[in-house]
Amino acid sequence: MGFLDLEGVRKVYGANTVVRNFNLSIQRGEFISFLGPSGCGKTTTLRMIAGFEIPSAGTIRIDGRDVTELKPNQRNVGMVFQSYALFPNLTVAENVAFGLKVARRPKDEIARRVAEMLAIVKLPELGDRYPYQLSGGQQQRVALARALAVKPTVLLLDEPLSALDAKIRISLREEIRSLQRELDITTVYVTHDQEEALSMSDRIVVMSDGRVEQIGTPFEVYNYPATRFVASFVGTLNILDARIVDPASGRVVIDGQEVIAGRGVNGAGVGEVRPMALRPEAITLDGGNGDRNRMQGTIEEVAFLGAVVRIRVRFGENAVLLDTFNNPGVAPPPRGSRAEVSFGRDDLLLLQDSAAD
Amino acid sequence: MSREAELAVVAPVARSGGRRSWAWLGITPFFLFTVLFLILPTLDLVVGAFQTPDGSFTLDNIARLNQPTIVSAYWISIQVSVASALLGALAGFVIAYAVVLGKLPRPLRPFVTTFSGVASQFAGIPLAFAFLATLGPTGLVTALLDQYAGINLRALGFNLLSFWGLTITYLYFQIPLMVLILMPALDGLRKEWREAAAILGATPWQYWRHVAFPVLWPSLLGATILLFANAFGAVATAYALTGSSLNIVPILLYAQIRGDVLHDPHLGYALALGMILITGLANVGYIWLRQRGERWIK
Amino acid sequence: MKTSRLGPWLIILLGAIYFIVPLIATFEFSLRKRRGEYSFDAYRWVFADNRFIESFSYSTFVALVTILVGVVLVVPAAYAVRVRMPRLRPVVEFVTLLPLVIPPIIIVFGYLRLYNSSSWLPMTSSPRATDLLLVFAYATLALPYMYRAVDTGMRSIDARTLTEAAQSLGAGWLTIMLRVILPNVRVALLSGAFLTFAIVIGEFTMASLLDRPAFGPYMQNIGANRAYEPSALAIIAFVVTWACMGLIQLLGRGRRQSVAAA
Repeated sequence: MGFLDLEGVRKVYGANTVVRNFNLSIQRGEFISFLGPSGCGKTTTLRMIAGFEIPSAGTIRIDGRDVTELKPNQRNVGMVFQSYALFPNLTVAENVAFGLKVARRPKDEIARRVAEMLAIVKLPELGDRYPYQLSGGQQQRVALARALAVKPTVLLLDEPLSALDAKIRISLREEIRSLQRELDITTVYVTHDQEEALSMSDRIVVMSDGRVEQIGTPFEVYNYPATRFVASFVGTLNILDARIVDPASGRVVIDGQEVIAGRGVNGAGVGEVRPMALRPEAITLDGGNGDRNRMQGTIEEVAFLGAVVRIRVRFGENAVLLDTFNNPGVAPPPRGSRAEVSFGRDDLLLLQDSAAD
Repeated sequence: MSREAELAVVAPVARSGGRRSWAWLGITPFFLFTVLFLILPTLDLVVGAFQTPDGSFTLDNIARLNQPTIVSAYWISIQVSVASALLGALAGFVIAYAVVLGKLPRPLRPFVTTFSGVASQFAGIPLAFAFLATLGPTGLVTALLDQYAGINLRALGFNLLSFWGLTITYLYFQIPLMVLILMPALDGLRKEWREAAAILGATPWQYWRHVAFPVLWPSLLGATILLFANAFGAVATAYALTGSSLNIVPILLYAQIRGDVLHDPHLGYALALGMILITGLANVGYIWLRQRGERWIK
Repeated sequence: MKTSRLGPWLIILLGAIYFIVPLIATFEFSLRKRRGEYSFDAYRWVFADNRFIESFSYSTFVALVTILVGVVLVVPAAYAVRVRMPRLRPVVEFVTLLPLVIPPIIIVFGYLRLYNSSSWLPMTSSPRATDLLLVFAYATLALPYMYRAVDTGMRSIDARTLTEAAQSLGAGWLTIMLRVILPNVRVALLSGAFLTFAIVIGEFTMASLLDRPAFGPYMQNIGANRAYEPSALAIIAFVVTWACMGLIQLLGRGRRQSVAAA
C-alpha cells in the first residue's frame, strides 16, 4: 500500500462516465503526473483527491486514512490552480497566512511561517503587495507558498503553468521540482503538456477518455508506449501498419518490405494488420551497420528546424518522420530522391489498441 | 525659449488638436446639457437656500428648518429610507445568492432578471395602487387575512400609510434593484476562491468572512447607498398612497412647490438643500469607506 | 446536495409570494367594478376615457423625443470618451451617475427657480417650451441608464479598432458615426431606449410640477377620484413596463444568437 491510494475510482455524471476504474498507488515523496488531452478525466481525478468531487465508486486513501467522502477542508492537502486563485482582497502575506489563520495558529508562528514560505519561493520582499500588482509567475509562486504553508500531506497542482509564458514556464517548472524534492512532499501534477510531464515526474499516468492508458516512468512511457494513444500523444511517433508474418520471430511486412520487430509481436495472429510504433530519433538515413532493419523509400518532405532536420520518407501507404542533425558540410537530400533508412530491430514496437477497462 | 524649440513644442500639439476637435464636438453638447439641466439647477437651489427673497445672504432659511414638522419629516424619511435600503439589500442579497449560487434550475435566472428589471421600474403611482389593492383597508390580503386567519391588520395597528406600510411598499422596487446589481457581482466570485479556501482548511463561513464578503463589500455598499437615495427622493408612491397626509420630506417639498401648504420658496430651497446634503453625505461616506477598505482594487 | 437546495428554493418561494401577491390582488381588485361578479368594466372605463388616451399619447410622444435627445447627447459623448479622450472618463461617469443620487424633485425644483418665466431663459413661459423642459428633465433621469447601455455596447464592439479600420479606409467622422458606430451599437441603444420609455411613461413628480398633461399625473388624478380604475391602470402600467423589459431581454438574446451563429 502506498501513501496515496486510489482504488477502483470512478466518476459518472448522468450517462457520462468521466473516470473509469482508476487504480494507482503513489509512494511517499513521489512526483506523479496525470497526462492527457482536455476532457480525459485527469482534472476530475485530481479534484476527487482534493475532495471537490465525490467518486461514484471506489476508495481514496491518504496515509492509510479513507478520505473518499471527507470534505476538502478536512483532508489537509494543498492545491495550486491554473488561474492562481489568489484572494484579491488579501496581500501576498495574508494569502500565504490564510490556511494558518483559519486553523487559528498563534500570530508569531504565522508570521514566521509566512516569512519562511516567501523566502522559499524567492519573493521575500513582496509580502505587502496585492495580487494584482504581481506578474503571473509571481502570483503562481505565491499560490505555491500558500498551498505549502499549511504543511499539507499531499500537494496537488492543476495545470499550474498553463497560463504563463514559455520562458517562465520552464524556469518555474524546475523550481517546482526542486522544491518538491527539498520538501519531499507527495505531489500529483495535472498537465496536458508532455514535455512538462516527462521532465518533472517520477512516474506518469497517461489518460485518455477517462481511462488510464499507461503508468510508468518518463523513460518507459516515452520509449515503450503501451498503446497507440500513448504513442501518438507522447512525443512525435511514427505509427506504421504492419502485416504480421510470424509472431514468434517478430517478422512483419510494411508496404511490401519485410522487417523484424526484435521485441516480438506476441498476441498478434498471422496475417493480421497491426499498428507499430517507431521513434523518429531511432531512424537513420543510411543503411547502418549490423542487425538493423532497412527500408527503401522516397524523400517526401524536408523541414529545416535549425539544429535538427526533419525528413519524411514514404514507403507506400506508410511514411515515417526521422530526425537528423544538421551538418553544415552536407546539404539535406532533395525531395523526390530515393533513400534507404534503417532502424534497430528493438525500436519497432507493437501497440495495443487501447487499455482494457 | 528659442524659436525652434517653441515650434517643436507647439507643432505636435497643434496637430493632435486638429484630430481632437471633432471629439470635443462630440462631448461638448453632453457637458453643456448636464451643466444646464442637472448641475446648475441643483447648485442654484443650494445658493437660494442661503438667500433672502431680495438676494442677500442669510442663514435664516436653514434655521427655520428647525421646526417640529420639518424635523420629524426628515426623521421619518431617513428611517423609511434606511429601513427599506437595509431590508432591500438583505433580501436582494439573499435572492441573488439563491439564484446565482443556489444550484437552481438554469431557466430561473433570466426570468428573475427580467422580472427584477420590471419590478425595479414599477415604482411611482401604479405601485401605490397595487399596494392599496393588496394591503389597503379593502385590499385582497387584508380581507383574506381577516376572513380566514382571523387576523385583523387594522386592529393590529397596521396602516399602509405608516412607516412600515411605506417600507413594505418601497421594498417592491428596492429588492429587485439590489438583485440586479448583485447578480453580476456574485458572478464575479470565482469558484476557485471558494475551492482554494476550502482546501486550505476554511469552513464555508470562514470563506465568506475573509474572502467573499470583503470582495462583495464595495458593490453591496454602493448598492445600498443607491437604494437609500432611491427611497429618500421618491415622491410619487408616497403621494399616491397618502396624498399630502404623510409627513416625509419629499412630500413636504412637493406640497411646498405646489404652494399647497406654505408660500415660502426660500424655505423650500432650504428643504432641498437638506435633501441634497443627506444623499450627498451618504455618497461621501460611501467613497470614504471604499477608499479605506479597498486598497486591493486596481 | 439535495438538502442544500431547500434553502434557495425557500427564498425564491418567499420572494415570489411577496412579488406576485400584489399583482394578483391588484388584478382581482380591478375586476370588482361590477357588483357581485368579475368584469372588465374598469378597463372599459379607462380605455373609453379621453383623458387616458390623451395623456398616454402625450407621454408616449415625450418619451420618444426624450429617447432621441438621449441618443444625440450620449452616443457622441460615449464614443468620444471611449475612442479619443479616455482621461475624461471618470468625469463623464460621475456626471452620468448624479441623477441616481439627486432626487428628481430637486432637479425639477431647480428648473422652476432657474428657468421660470421671469428668468434669463424663460422655459416655463409657454406650453411648448415647458414640454421641451420636461423632455430635458426626463433626459437627465434616463442619463445613467442610457450612458451605461451605450458604453457597454461600445466596449463590446471595440469602437476604437472599428474607428481605426474605418479611417484607414478613408471614412470621415460623420461617416464613421452614422455608418459604423450607430449600426453596431443599435441593440445597446434599443435597450437604453426601452428602459427610458419604461421610466418616462408613468413618471409623476416632474410632469406634475411642470404641470404637463402626462400619464403619471392622470393616474394620480384617477387614484384620488375613483375606486377600481386605479387598479386597472396599475395593471396596464405593469404590462407596459413588462413589454419594455421583455423587449430588452429579447434583443439581448437575439444578439447572442446572431453572434453564436456567426
